[in-house]
Amino acid sequence: MDGPHTDQPVRFRLNGAEVSTPARTGERLSQTLRERLGARDVKIGCNAGDCGACTVLVDGQTACACLMTTQAAEGADVDTLTGLVSSDPHAKRLIESFQDHGAAQCGICTPGMMVSAVALLRETPEPDEDQIKQALGGVLCRCTGYRKIIDAVAGLRTNLDTDGSAGAAIRRVDGLNKVTGVEAFGDDIAQPGTLEILVIRSPYPRAAFAFGDMDAWLADQSGLEAILTAVDIPGENCFGVIPPFADQPVFAETETRFRGEAVAAIVGTPEAIFEFDPESFPVTWTELESVEDVRAARAQGARQLHATRANNLMCEGFVACGDPEAALAKAHVTAEGRFQSGFVEHAYIEPEAGFAQMNGDKVEIHACTQAPVMDLEAMEIILGWDRSRIRMIPTGVGGGFGAKLDISVQPYLALAAIKTGQPVRLTYSRSESMQSTTKRHPSDITLRVGATKEGKISGFAFHGAFNTGAYASWGPTVATRVPVHASGPYRITDYRAQADGVHTHCPPSGAFRGFGVPQSAIAQESLFDELAAALNMDGLEFRLLNALDNNVKTICGQTFSQGVGIKACLEALRPAWQAERAAAQAFNASQTGANRRGVGIASGWYGCGNTSLPNPSTIRAGVRHDGTIVLHQGAMDIGQGANTVIAQIFASALGVDTSRITLEGPDTDITPDAGKTSASRQTFVSGNAARLCGAALRAVILRHVNAAEDAALQSSAGLITVTDSAGTHTIKTDALEPGDLGYVFEAVDTYDPPTKPLDQNGQGEPYAQFGYTAQLAVVEIDEALGTTTPIKFVAAHDVGKAINPMLVEGQVHGGIAQGLGMALMEEYFPGRTENLHDYLIPTIGDVPPIETLIIEEPDAHGPYGAKGLGEHVLIPTAPALLNAISDASGVRMRSVPVTPSKLRAAIVERDHG
Amino acid sequence: MPYLTPARLSEAVKHLAQGCPRIVAGCTDYFPSQAQGQIPDTLLDISRVAELQGIMHVGDGWRIGAAVTWTDVIQANLPPAFDALKLAAREVGSVQIQNRATVAGNLCNASPAADGVPPLLALRAQVELSGPDGTRQIALGDFITDGRQIALGADELVSAVIIPEVSPNARSGFLKLGSRTHLVISIAMVAAVLEVDKDTIAQATVAVGSCSPVAQRLTALEQALAGQSVDALEDLSISEKMLSPLSPISDVRGSAGYRLDVVAELIRRTLRQAAGVF
Repeated sequence: MDGPHTDQPVRFRLNGAEVSTPARTGERLSQTLRERLGARDVKIGCNAGDCGACTVLVDGQTACACLMTTQAAEGADVDTLTGLVSSDPHAKRLIESFQDHGAAQCGICTPGMMVSAVALLRETPEPDEDQIKQALGGVLCRCTGYRKIIDAVAGLRTNLDTDGSAGAAIRRVDGLNKVTGVEAFGDDIAQPGTLEILVIRSPYPRAAFAFGDMDAWLADQSGLEAILTAVDIPGENCFGVIPPFADQPVFAETETRFRGEAVAAIVGTPEAIFEFDPESFPVTWTELESVEDVRAARAQGARQLHATRANNLMCEGFVACGDPEAALAKAHVTAEGRFQSGFVEHAYIEPEAGFAQMNGDKVEIHACTQAPVMDLEAMEIILGWDRSRIRMIPTGVGGGFGAKLDISVQPYLALAAIKTGQPVRLTYSRSESMQSTTKRHPSDITLRVGATKEGKISGFAFHGAFNTGAYASWGPTVATRVPVHASGPYRITDYRAQADGVHTHCPPSGAFRGFGVPQSAIAQESLFDELAAALNMDGLEFRLLNALDNNVKTICGQTFSQGVGIKACLEALRPAWQAERAAAQAFNASQTGANRRGVGIASGWYGCGNTSLPNPSTIRAGVRHDGTIVLHQGAMDIGQGANTVIAQIFASALGVDTSRITLEGPDTDITPDAGKTSASRQTFVSGNAARLCGAALRAVILRHVNAAEDAALQSSAGLITVTDSAGTHTIKTDALEPGDLGYVFEAVDTYDPPTKPLDQNGQGEPYAQFGYTAQLAVVEIDEALGTTTPIKFVAAHDVGKAINPMLVEGQVHGGIAQGLGMALMEEYFPGRTENLHDYLIPTIGDVPPIETLIIEEPDAHGPYGAKGLGEHVLIPTAPALLNAISDASGVRMRSVPVTPSKLRAAIVERDHG
Repeated sequence: MPYLTPARLSEAVKHLAQGCPRIVAGCTDYFPSQAQGQIPDTLLDISRVAELQGIMHVGDGWRIGAAVTWTDVIQANLPPAFDALKLAAREVGSVQIQNRATVAGNLCNASPAADGVPPLLALRAQVELSGPDGTRQIALGDFITDGRQIALGADELVSAVIIPEVSPNARSGFLKLGSRTHLVISIAMVAAVLEVDKDTIAQATVAVGSCSPVAQRLTALEQALAGQSVDALEDLSISEKMLSPLSPISDVRGSAGYRLDVVAELIRRTLRQAAGVF
């Protein structure tokens, strides 16, 4: 079989069928499978073997399809998830168990996980946990925290509920497509052969640049259709999620402000884009002096990023009450410290991707997003077009966690479709995703806090500088939210907190699960431990003594008469706290080597919805001519489960089973705005809109037959039956005249949570509800090497009402895994860790068992009492781990991540310092 | 742009003589290093060459063919001296990577953090190179000349890794330190092979990776270990001089000082693991 393979077809068996396919020399097997053979169930997350999403079986062995040439598959059996789920008994079993456990959240890693699991189960039908971890260690997941995946592969039993009402643990309604590889994500929409876009980006944090003769250059290129630069933007070359702060260009015009900023894009055939060498693009760069950290940016004479923002100060947030200095002066004990954290990358496994085409004079943009209507509004400004000419059609979202709230690929897609008149696609490489999209804000926090002899907090003075990078993004939200939350869920009467958002020549920092609160919680919860220790008080009892309660003022002067659940969370942790501390002491007493165990605890709270700003959600629903009940579900499901939770709430209010509901997605042409998937607002805000809409639709139907309010509804094909004490009414839906939207009955309703503005001291009513949490972490450290191994978490979460307890656990596990990553391993350095082997996120071997304690302290505003949850989880995890490390070693770590190198240095200093 | 898949070594060598194709096998290092638009003209895939297959006991040692993957190593029936190599094999990326990546490729990639290099140094491996003039052997320590640099002629390929005969009494150990459990580039790693005769170390080889541009044998330490009782490993003192071949750098994975600090402890643990004393 010697000889050149060029232009020779490659033959192998794909999912049992003989295939013969052309392939470029050395073409990645993943590329051939997806673009030539239609196997879009093979997902691309990194193209470097770091994420394992593209795992396939080659002659029964797992392989990353991105790291294999297609020619190497000559003669082989290649199996992807699609083939396995149709023929392999293990895969068929995994389809069920993954859904039963909620082991697929966003679903982008699921094909890789399931294919790896099939290979394991063929060898080892009843694997133990270590065998599962070993076999699945090569597939990264950013949503689930892996524990549900381990349970699903092990085939553990579950106790799902059968009815689908609010409060029932049911499978996610959109789960089947995720576990069969059918779900279409951002890169799965375009037809093979579609024109591709490649963005030209700055290689320097700050650079001037000049283009050469681009028309002449383009004329020389084969396969390139167009170049895009700022001159191609018909509207404003500016976007930003918070309109008064909008400052980011689609294409930089004269100077770039961060490494990876776009200056141009080319559009061409897949072949031309594949072969394109960015060095050949006619642009000359001049690197300019930059400022990359907050202190340098604030220094006198520092290079200014934005003319209108003096001293690189983007904005400040401020909350104050009482007299913190006086309270600190009279405190019996005080603790203080400086705490630092770096950039944290969202590292969803799906890089930003999308597709666009013209439909008449309308542009249709398909992209992965957390906020389709905000995307639409941004595109209105960039294109200068009326919104009726722009349609956003969200694809499946392979993880978001905040970064897919900002636009990324959308403007390039739209501009390219408009300029070429042809369909176009764009998928970011892993490195350009990491370079150019938002990050968690690095923080530099100083905090002083005091306590009375009795253990009551006496004075709290907080200052945080947050590196917001080159552009505002969600920086103003971080600056606002941090002072409102930095107290933690505690009664503090003398309080002052200021947060500054500072510009640097770094990637824009934006929204990331918790908007700065996870950073401030590290400072606050660490010093609370120090105060408790100084007073010789138990850390949990100290927190309980200071915990907020109903009818107690928050630091913003807000009083809740109900629904404050932090005490219940802390009390729920008490048995584990006592047992685990005793177990750790016994472990340490038995050790002769370098290993020590410790237990840490931390609390958190988080306001659900926008801070003192309107953020309405609208939900529409209707009954079709054929009797189908349709829910227009505009709350983006990015894996967290909004499709299921909103459907459960709606079905409960309507009075039918969730299985009767058909979903319409968040296409902006057909579904009203349910707001962004952010601020832990969807269950609360969109959930309320769904509850109101369900009740309204129910009222319309009951009124049609004059049935009593407590009537029972049943729907079937072409029929709705309504039963009350007077008898059964049958409505033949196909006998009714549909309205303009095609519905014989319809309803639409809106909910906007009640808040009040904050005054100049941050006093007001920022949120209609908070969710509360307390977590406990057990760690084992190796003092000789400086390594930290989490052993166990117990997490108590007050969710008001768990609409779906299985999904609640999923959020808890996933949030803890991200908090663990932030605490122990994750730090993004521009230019140095722009991939998933230098930037480390937790693997399946790094997340220990997690026990979830669901606390239900109902909230008067929440649908069926429910509160938001998504962001809350991550807040106490890092400080609980730091407190556990301190308990184990006596060393207080004040900078995350606590890498082995840093912890070992602190231990050496403890011993010799 | 041909993709060459010779079946015989002679054909592969002939292709090399005719041009400068990029040699690939498992491709697990090839693809991640491929920059946008940088496409080699010709790929020479040696993974199907008959002479490069399999792990075999030959006259005076062991021969690991250049097409042998890490999974092949894990599954092979080998003497205990190879335990370190098997432990390292399980640390190469993930199972997906181990199924495709070759031992020889790990050496040719010559990363300072190559998982395979310390155990192979500790096994005193030789690299067999094949070219137009036949084959030659070169010590692994001489083959990798610097970080990412190897002594391979343009017309040569690595055809095998040769391990000289190992004593049936030889035991080995391997430890890798990283910031997470799976799929991690090491901060430091240690491999050791000990020949133990009645609780006394007759001979030792110790190699350390990720603490210098190329993994290093610690010969002064090896000399000091000879003749020691395995019980003494518990409190083995490791001098600065013994670590002098190491020249760690500071990077995102850890500081230079940290690496030097923990490597002594890793060495002690690896030696105890090899000796079976804990």
